[in-house]
Formats: sequence, structure tokens, C-alpha cells
Amino acid sequence: MNYRRLQQRFMLHLDPVLLAGLCGFMLLSLTMLYSASDGNWARVLGQFSNFVVGFAALWIVANMPLHWLMRIAVPMYVVGVLLLIAVALFGEISHGARRWLNLGVATVQPSELMKVAVPLMMAWYFEKNEATLKFKNYFIATVLFLVPVGLIMRQPDLGTSILIGASGFYVLFLAGLSWRIIIGAGLAALVSAPFLWNALHDYQRHRILMLFDPSQDALGKGYHTIQGMIAVGSGGILGKGYLNGTQTHLDFLPERTTDFIFAVWSEEFGFIGNLLLLGLYVFVIGRGFIITANASTYFTRLMAGSITLTFFTYTFVNMGMVSGILPVVGVPLPLVSYGGTAILTLMLGFGVLMSIHTHQRLVKT
Amino acid sequence: MNHNVELKDTQREIYFFRLRLFLSMGFVGLLLLILLLRFFYLQVMRSDYYETMAESNRIYVVPIVPNRGIITDRYGQVLARNFAGYTLEVTPEKIADMELEIAEIGKLVEIKPKDLRRFKKLMAERRSLQTLPIRTRLTDAEVARFAAQRYRFPGVEIKARLFREYPLTDVTSHLLGYIGRINQQEIDVLDKAGLAENYDGSDYIGKTGIEQSYEKEMHGQTGFEQVEVDAGGRAVRMVSRTSPQSGKNLTLTLDAKLQQVAVQAFGNFRGALVAIDPSNGEVLAYVSKPGYDPNLFIDGIDSESWDALNNSPEVPLNNRALRGQYPMGSTIKPFMALAAQHYNVRSPTYSINDPGYFTLPGSSHQYRDWKKDGHGRVDLFKSIVVSCDTYYYGLATEMGIDRMHDYLDLFGFGKKTGIDMEGEVSGLLPSTEWKAKRYKQIWYPGDTVSAGIGQGYHLVTPLQLAFATATLANDGVAYRPHLVKEIQHAANEPQPAPQPLFDLHIPPEHLALVKSAMVAVTQPGGTAVGASMGAPYSIAGKTGTAQVVAIKQGEKYDANKLSEFNRDHAWFIAFAPADKPRIALVVLAENGGHGGSTAAPIARKVLDYYLLGKMPPPLPAGAAKAATQGD
Repeated sequence: MNYRRLQQRFMLHLDPVLLAGLCGFMLLSLTMLYSASDGNWARVLGQFSNFVVGFAALWIVANMPLHWLMRIAVPMYVVGVLLLIAVALFGEISHGARRWLNLGVATVQPSELMKVAVPLMMAWYFEKNEATLKFKNYFIATVLFLVPVGLIMRQPDLGTSILIGASGFYVLFLAGLSWRIIIGAGLAALVSAPFLWNALHDYQRHRILMLFDPSQDALGKGYHTIQGMIAVGSGGILGKGYLNGTQTHLDFLPERTTDFIFAVWSEEFGFIGNLLLLGLYVFVIGRGFIITANASTYFTRLMAGSITLTFFTYTFVNMGMVSGILPVVGVPLPLVSYGGTAILTLMLGFGVLMSIHTHQRLVKT
Repeated sequence: MNHNVELKDTQREIYFFRLRLFLSMGFVGLLLLILLLRFFYLQVMRSDYYETMAESNRIYVVPIVPNRGIITDRYGQVLARNFAGYTLEVTPEKIADMELEIAEIGKLVEIKPKDLRRFKKLMAERRSLQTLPIRTRLTDAEVARFAAQRYRFPGVEIKARLFREYPLTDVTSHLLGYIGRINQQEIDVLDKAGLAENYDGSDYIGKTGIEQSYEKEMHGQTGFEQVEVDAGGRAVRMVSRTSPQSGKNLTLTLDAKLQQVAVQAFGNFRGALVAIDPSNGEVLAYVSKPGYDPNLFIDGIDSESWDALNNSPEVPLNNRALRGQYPMGSTIKPFMALAAQHYNVRSPTYSINDPGYFTLPGSSHQYRDWKKDGHGRVDLFKSIVVSCDTYYYGLATEMGIDRMHDYLDLFGFGKKTGIDMEGEVSGLLPSTEWKAKRYKQIWYPGDTVSAGIGQGYHLVTPLQLAFATATLANDGVAYRPHLVKEIQHAANEPQPAPQPLFDLHIPPEHLALVKSAMVAVTQPGGTAVGASMGAPYSIAGKTGTAQVVAIKQGEKYDANKLSEFNRDHAWFIAFAPADKPRIALVVLAENGGHGGSTAAPIARKVLDYYLLGKMPPPLPAGAAKAATQGD
């Protein structure tokens, strides 16, 4: 095989448009981490290797035929739920939450696995019952995502459970859940809100309360929100310039390489920078929608739609919490925040998107 | 057909799916718009506000406390100074278990029970987020030992500070007062005066004495340093600096050596001494005995020492010169003699025959003279020299209390002198009007009789009497007594010379009679004969005895029968040289008995030092009992 054919073989299942967007995010993430970590190359290189691993996973998944994906849906989901139960029983407690499971060789966070496993399982389930969809099937699909969501919420990990809950809801919605049920459920949620409120942990309630008035607890729970808003607001239209953010470099911003990295960007590049960043997200999400619209099977449509919308949800929740319109729930800025697991999970999702796009294209031709 | 239906279903399915997908896109678009609006609001509409917030986050204003002014005596001897030292300070908010923390600190730095008691007192009255000293004046070794272990003690820090020190301790205690840690009440006062900002970072404020009355001048102007800080509050770099302006130094009118001589001269007596330069009102010595060590108060006194001072029967915390009120006794007589001539109630040649007592017309009650058998024929001159009570009983009765009040009022009795120290009391100068108001009673003739010899309602402070004596010495031209000669100023800034407060325009012949009589008081035949013995300058003086408890009719005063604290107070007022007075003074020896025997020798030592530079010999036991006679 000559070089050209090798290249063709390698690129066969990759979507160049999506890949360009992801590479753009990688560059942006490394640039911002350099600033957010005060020039700590170890952090930048660490994130680079996270991306390398992520891209490798993406390549592998993109090259998987779709029926392989369908085949692993059930085992992956079952293992995931079992691991979540194991966490609830024997998990390690860190920072007041029981999220990690020590398997002897490594410590894993099963909730991350569920970000892929839940939509995959639901899409598989709908595909299996496509011909005879009834209310019962929607009900079972709902149970399929509410079980892991409930388990994760109990850990407690509000951010992850919201994201997984959202991804499950997107599958239901795209699968054609009747409007009557959607509206009915919406009303039921309103009615049950007070009961849910009671079920929340104190720190979660506090975070929600802080949403409405973060200044009430400026040195405590509201500190993150206030400092985030100050960073964003003080950036102004043009920003303070790369490496010149005072909130960032004088330690006022908490979690600035992870959950609050958007504040670093906002402070240093301002409103114009935010427009550019949103543009990049719209580019990737838009590509996801095109792939979804062109997906040929029920399974792939649901899968692609859920992955794209969940990616957007990540973005919205993170930017919303940093800019003070959503409570601080601990969701990273997708593809930018430091963190190997999050990047790996996201890249797996994009791998599935590419697989969906390229394998059906091959089928068609 | 079958194929068709399936195809149609698939198309319908795709149609419905795409409808849902478009709805999702719309949802995404809506949320993106919300984000955009939010960014627009924060970064475009309110960016000024958040920029200010970011600035105030990073810029921290650190006050730089100015050095407090130094106090020296008139010749430059330092009476209050600052020295640099280290303290170990604690921020109670940052410490969970104080007892444990103190125990741990105690392993590195010695904390005495006294430090601990003082610290507990400070804890009770502290302001929030204030750091409190648990140990002051650390040794270099202690500083090094603690610094090495500092990481173990968040909330405990070593601070370099300037400490105040009063080298003469109890000799100048009532004069200088002391500074102490600012309490909430003082903060409120500063707040109201708009001075709170100038006290940012200041821990001390003048509490009493000169330290209190010249607080404004000595504190100085607080400087500020703007520093950029990180979120942990650590300074990263300095942005700007406004230097503090040190407080102004004070030069007192006091002669510190004279002050020491005066304190020594008191021996074990309690009492007060005020010496004034009659030509300008400068206070040369200001003594209130016993004193206390003002250095104890600076960083908060421990409760044991406080109780000891506060509960002592000798009342060492009472500033007697300023706040002690006593009957003036016979020291009233020179002033009464002037009043007699002023109202023309007695001519110098008029004389009485003193049988040793006085009776009011139509009464058998005998007002006794201090000398049982009387002084024989007594005129105005002799009445002062021998301190004849009978003479003044009659004089006062004839003059009447209201005329007495009006004349004594001219010399400043019953009023504050307006000295530059806070807390002065006004004494009491009685009149018929006063008694009607105060007691709703008429004035009885008997009241006037005892008022004539300075007993009864009439009360003076030693300072008041010193002021009146200085006015008399200066021929009726009064200067306000003052303690500060000069506040540090620029060389070209003119300093106004003290201006006379008032001039009584006393006829010279009236003055001459009284002054010559006062000179005779200190010579053989006078009540303070020992006072001028062997002095190369002439002393004008007058003795006095202030009764502490009333002696019943027909009984005789016997000091030995009375407990120490019920014995009479001894007064002596004097000025010298008599013809051209350079110093006027008042000595009060509490429970000292006779003015001539206890108070006058004290005055003599002070005068000798001031006029001759002669240091008194160490006090031999019993020396105070010089040969003097009577009151």
C-alpha cells in the first residue's frame, strides 16, 4: 500500500469537518490551560495526552461497524448499572460524595461510562421495538435512564445526573414521545418540585438558592458564582488580553483549569471572544445536527441526535453556571476544561457520530 | 403494496423525526440566544461595574500607622518614647480551639499567667477581626523559634510594632496618662468625628492625661499603601504609597528633675503638688501621689494588677491634682485679706482682741480658734502670719457669703482652670443662691463663719489653688495653667507667647500687705517658720489644714486618736522669690496634719531645687517633723 492509500484507509471513517472542529477545540483548550494554570506546562501536556487518548478512542469507535455498537449496548448498560450499585454499596467517599469504585488495579467513576451507555441502550431498545412502539415501550425506556440517574443523584453528583437525564430525555423526545405525555410530565414535575426539593442534599439546595442571590453568601457558597461573574463581566468587550486576567492570575477564580475555565476565556478575550467560542460550538453542534438529519436508521438517528444535544447541554450548563444564570453543579466546559475522563467520553460520542456518518455513506454507495 | 406501506411509513417516520429535530434546533437556538444576551449584559452593559469589582478584589489598601509623637520635658528629657519590638498576635476568628492553640504556642514562646490573664481580658473587649497580642516584647530567640514553626499556626503571627514607654513610670503617671488599646466606645467617638479612617490599623489611643488631651496632635496622619493581592490576601506587588506623617512631638512645660524632686519630697505621703511659673502659666511640676506604672496599661492591664490598683485604699488611680476636691482651709486667708481690703470691710490698721473663740451675736456657740487661748491683738497683717481664725470668723460674717463668693470667683475658685488635660473638676464655691438651688435651704450665718476659714461647703482642687496662688504671686495678672510648652512645628512657624487670661487690677498696697504677711508666715513667728530657714531667697507662703472629720464642740483634735485616713489634710501654698516670683506652688499632703510641719518642708525642697539647683538630701526618718507651730 502506498502512502496515499494508507492515508485513505486511515481517514476512511473520519469526518473531516467534525475533525477540524475538534482539533480547533484542542488548540483552544491547550492555549487556555496555559493561561489558566499560570504557564504550567505539565498541565498543558497532560491535557494534550488526554486529547491524544481521546482521538485514538474516537478513531477506534469511528471504525466500528454500527452493528457492533448495537451489540455492546446491552452488556455496557448492564455492567454500568451494576458498577453504580457497587459504588453505592462499596464506593470510596471523597469530598462528601461516593463516586469512585476501587477495582484493585484502578479507581473508576462508573457514572462517566453511563454518559455513553444510557443513550446507547435506549437507542438500541427503540430500534428493537421500532415496529410496535407503544406507550409501554416509552415507559420502559424512561425506567432505563431513570435508574442510573437516580443512582448517580444519590452519590451525590447533580451535574452528571442532569446530563445523563438530559441525554435520556433527548432519546425519548426524538423517538417520538407523545406531546401529551411531555406536557403532562412537565406539569407533574412542577407539582412534585417541592418534594424533590426536600430530597436534595443541603449543599445542592444551597447552590440552587445561591443562583437567585449569590451575594448572600459571598465568602461561602456564592463565592464561585460571584468571582465567575466578576471575571466574565470585567472582561468587557475586548477582554483584558491573553495572560492578563487579574481574576485568573491572582487566584480569585476557583477551579479555573476545570469547571471555570470559561471565565478565564471570558476575562481575557471579552465579549468578542465569547462570540468566537460560541461560534466554534455552533459549528460542531451544527455538524452533529447534519449527521443526525442524514442518519439512515432509527437507532443511528436517536443516537446521533442525543449525542449532539447532550454536547450542547454540557456547553449551556457550564456557560450558564459560570455567567451566573444557572447554579454551580460541577459540569466542565466540554472539550476545553482539563480532565481526561470527560474528554474520553466526549470523543467516544463523536466517534459514534462519525461511525454513523461514514458507515451509512458506505452502505449507500 | 406491502412494500409501499413500509416505504410510506419510513418516510413519515423520517418526516416526524426531522420535525422533532428542528424543534430541538430551535430549543438550542433559544438557549444560545439566552447565553448571548447574558454575555452582552455582563460584558457590555455592566462591564464597568464588574471592572470595579475586579479592581477592588485585587487592590488592597494597607494602612501604615504613623509613629506617635514623643513627649519631652522643657529641657528635652524624654518622658514618653517609642521603641521597636515584636509581638505575637492572634486572630481569634481563625482559631477553633483557643486553649489548645495557646498550649501549643506556649511550647515555643513563654506565656506567663499574667500574659494569659491580660489576653483573656482583651478577648472580652475586642473588636471583630482584630488581632490580639498574646505576648509582647518577644526576644530574638523567641521570634526565631516561632518563625520556624509558623506554618503550624494559621491565625497567629509575629508583628513588628512600635511600643510606647514611659521611662519615669509613676513619677509622671498622672501627668502623661497612658495610651491603650482602642475600645468600641472610642471607635464610635472617632466615627462621629470623622476620624475613623485615620485610625485604620492603629491599635492604640491616648486614654488619660497628656496622651489623651493631645491625642490628635501626637497620633499623626495614617499613610496608605495600595498593594495588589491574590485571593489568599498575600501581597503580590505595591501599586502606590502615601507615606504616613508622624505625630507631632510635644515639649512640656514640665521640669522633669523638679518633678522627681517633688515626688521624692513627698516621701510616703499621699497628696498633690502643682508648681506654676506665675509669669506665664507654665506648669513646672505636676504631682499626684501615689502614682502607678502607666506602662502596665498599654497592652491591656492584667486583672490582678488592675484589681490591686483599683481597690487600693490609697486610690492611686485618682488624679488628685486635677480631680481631688478638698476644703482649702486657712489657705483662703490671703485671698480673704484681699477681699477685705477690696470691699473696705477691714482697714489694715483695724485690729481685734482675740480671746480664742468667736460667737455670733445672740448665740452662745463658740467658734474656736486653732489656738486655745487666742492670739491677743490681731490686725490684718498678723491675721495671716499667725493664721488667726477668730479674725476671719468676724471678717466673713461682716462681708457676707455672697461678697466672699464674688471676690473668690475672680481668682477662679469654683471654676475649671481650663488646663490642657481632660477630666478637670470645678470644685465648689458656695453662695446663698447655690445653697438655695442645691439644698433648697437658706444660708445660715454659721455657714459664713466656717466659710471664712475655708471650711464648710467650699471645695478646691490643688490645681485651682495653684492657679489662684500664681495669680496672686503675679499681682493679679493670670495666665491659664498649661502643660504643653510647644507642639513640634516648622522652624519658621511663629509660636504665640501665652497671653494673660485676665488682670484683676489689685491695688499695689493691698498686694504688698498680703505678700509681706505671707513672707512673715515663713519666718520666725509665722505658722511655717521652718519653711524659709536658711534660704537665700524669700518665700511667701500660707499654711492650711483641711478637716476630714468634724470635731465635736468641746472636744480637741488629736491626730493620734484618729485613724490615718481621717486625719486632717495639710496644705501649703507658696511663691518665691517673694519680690519677683519665679515659681508658685501648692502642696497637699493628705492626712498630713499641719500644713507647716508636713506640707511646707515638701515645698521648700522643690523651691530649693528650682531656684538654687540644690538636690535635697535623702530624707532622714522624722525629718518632716520640722520645728513649726500651729496651723
